[in-house]
Amino acid sequence: MSEISAPTTSTLKIPQAPDKLQHPMTDFLRTERLPHIWCSTCGIGTVITAFIAGLQKSGLDRNKVSVVSGIGCSGRAAGYLRLDSFHSTHGRAVPFATGLALGNPELKVVVISGDGDIAAIGGNHFIHAARRNMNLTIICINNFNYAMTGGQAGPTTPEEANASTAPFGAYEFPFNLPYLAESSGAVYVARWTALHIRRTTKSIAEALLKPGFSFIEVVSPCPTLYARRNRLGSGLDLMRFYHNSAKIQHGADTRDIDIDYQKEIVVGKFIDKEKPDFYTNRDQFLSKKLGDKYIPYRGPNGH
Amino acid sequence: MKADPIGVATGSHYIDGDHACAEGAIAAGCRFLAGYPITPSTEVAERMAERFPKVGGMFIQMEDELASMAAVVGAAWAGPKSMTVTSGPGFSLMMENLGLAIMMETPCVVVNVQRGGPSTGLPTLTGQADMMQARWGSHGDYEIIAISPNSPQECFDLTVKAFNLSEKYRVPVLFMMDECVGHMTEKVVIPEADKIDIVPRNFYKGKKEDYRPYKFNGDNSVGPMIKAGDGYNIHITGLTHDERGYPVINADAQDKNVNHLVDKIIKNEEDIRMIETDQIDDAEVIVISYGITSRVALKAVQDARAAGMKVGIMRLITVWPFPEKLIKKLSSKVKAFIVPEINLGQVSIEVERCAAGKATTIGVPHAGGWVHDPNDILKAIKKGVK
Amino acid sequence: MNYWRVPLDINKIEIPHGDVQIDVEQCKGCEFCVEYCPRDVLELSTDFNRKGYHYPNVLKHNACVNCTLCEMICPEFAIFVVEGKPINPDVNDVLKKEAKV
Repeated sequence: MSEISAPTTSTLKIPQAPDKLQHPMTDFLRTERLPHIWCSTCGIGTVITAFIAGLQKSGLDRNKVSVVSGIGCSGRAAGYLRLDSFHSTHGRAVPFATGLALGNPELKVVVISGDGDIAAIGGNHFIHAARRNMNLTIICINNFNYAMTGGQAGPTTPEEANASTAPFGAYEFPFNLPYLAESSGAVYVARWTALHIRRTTKSIAEALLKPGFSFIEVVSPCPTLYARRNRLGSGLDLMRFYHNSAKIQHGADTRDIDIDYQKEIVVGKFIDKEKPDFYTNRDQFLSKKLGDKYIPYRGPNGH
Repeated sequence: MKADPIGVATGSHYIDGDHACAEGAIAAGCRFLAGYPITPSTEVAERMAERFPKVGGMFIQMEDELASMAAVVGAAWAGPKSMTVTSGPGFSLMMENLGLAIMMETPCVVVNVQRGGPSTGLPTLTGQADMMQARWGSHGDYEIIAISPNSPQECFDLTVKAFNLSEKYRVPVLFMMDECVGHMTEKVVIPEADKIDIVPRNFYKGKKEDYRPYKFNGDNSVGPMIKAGDGYNIHITGLTHDERGYPVINADAQDKNVNHLVDKIIKNEEDIRMIETDQIDDAEVIVISYGITSRVALKAVQDARAAGMKVGIMRLITVWPFPEKLIKKLSSKVKAFIVPEINLGQVSIEVERCAAGKATTIGVPHAGGWVHDPNDILKAIKKGVK
Repeated sequence: MNYWRVPLDINKIEIPHGDVQIDVEQCKGCEFCVEYCPRDVLELSTDFNRKGYHYPNVLKHNACVNCTLCEMICPEFAIFVVEGKPINPDVNDVLKKEAKV
């Protein structure tokens, strides 16, 4: 931790949290790495809190849960979680996680990454993992821009929004991520904002327990770049905006839930359907075809 | 440790190099392959797709080579020995996550059945022009192990060795075949499982709080691994990191991390080195070659010997790390090195660097599509002995 | 909450209570907790922490009902709630509120 000496003004008093009490999530955090790198009023930390709460709620064995991140602000998520955590390359969190999940079917593998990582450079991997109904939970933190590199336009930047590579406003048509996930084959699709912490937590717990490919988009404030460039105030102002503009509509047709610039954001759980997950499907198919000759893959502990 | 008999197809086979490579991988204990079809390497993936369900392996055809390589690194951290297989254009796509495997010190094997390039080049014809890409293809400083077989039998034997080296040094091993060796059909003898030596993954067994995924203490060795799901709650990153695996973004950490990646290979070059030499004791000229070209070179050397020229032959089975010390030593004894290869001069540059003007280096370039005419190599030998 | 008359089971009612704990040095002053606390327990301090952020202070300790919303919404893991001893509503308070109505 960097040493910053406190100003020596006499009026400064620094109250301390009582020693014996610990944040209930301490056990899930690499506290030695805190404070994290995310800006003040950024929502990523809130999503991480919801993830830990969702994981606790799911009742899964935390030692059998792995987190994979890509690159970018959200890509740093893995580095703060005291789980088996992997910080892979830009866009490759999903295929890395696919390898991890296939390498040991006992694991629950979660990808926590950003909109650029998952939907732009990793877009092809994302749709194919969904197509396979791969045993993955994807939490995509959508802040509408590439924040780590300075606020460039991305695959979800709404039309009209300003970005450093769209200085006159973005004019490309953005992805509607829940629609993309659903049409690619995801069995669980939800969208929330960083303000909907309890509902995000519930969705994460549900997704973790759902076999196959589950996808949760969490719209999150980026104060330093997206909000600043678009004169939207701080992250708190964006949270207020979500408060006023998010409309909960469970089961909404994902075709109708595009996010337009500073307009209504439809949130909710859109898809929760049954379809054989990759492992189950592969096992059943191959044992049908090969009979006794089939030796199922049981992971590194299996043989 | 000996091979698991369940995967070993003991017996005498008449198969090509690609299939032999697949059998070698299974014998070595590989149980995960992620790949993408590309000529002339597809047969390896095809054989694995057919064999894996019967030996308890996991095959997946990914959406591209970027994903294949990323999945291999992910799978390796879940525990199984993992590999991917590709050719030139796919090898280019794999460079990104090959770097990740190097940085994360992840054992795995990447097979590249080389074809003519650049770009789509000659999809069905041979080449050896990815040798420098194998050495330098991913960004940043690193050292790698690259093995070049020259027969289907070696495709079996050396694939096993490739896995063993990757486990020993926690590094991706590049298995640099070429189209000729990949599609050449010969007798391949697969021994009984108890005759095949396997290096199992070195898993950590100590206390959780003492575990460090990396060892940067300067002794050029690698520490044990763990696998995801064992309760160690490790963090592994492609960022510059410390021994705990935590990102540290400064020059000091970079110095420790990168020097370790380089030194663990370079300082162990003699241990890794696999080289075949013949008649070099009295040689005035040594022909240095690898892969399919070594078989053509042999003919040229035999012809030259028959004509009374003092020629030796050296075959690089491990091309990287380069046998720098050995070439330096030999350069003061011989007049010239002849380096035929199916590219316009890649390994010959390394030879020239090591010879450092003490001996002449004569390259015998070939742009690819076919092997050398032995007479071209013979002509170079004649030039060398003068 | 306002009652039209004093509930018969007023003595049995227990209102959950939480003790808000603030790790001042972790705080980056986003104000999420202050803004969204449903009981307005928190206020932003006028003091700065070492990083120069205003951190939350507990303004109305007794008002906290241990809903943990501050804990959940905090992006910094800097605030959490410890379950406290439930509070029995004071009959006089209830009546006072009734009188207002």
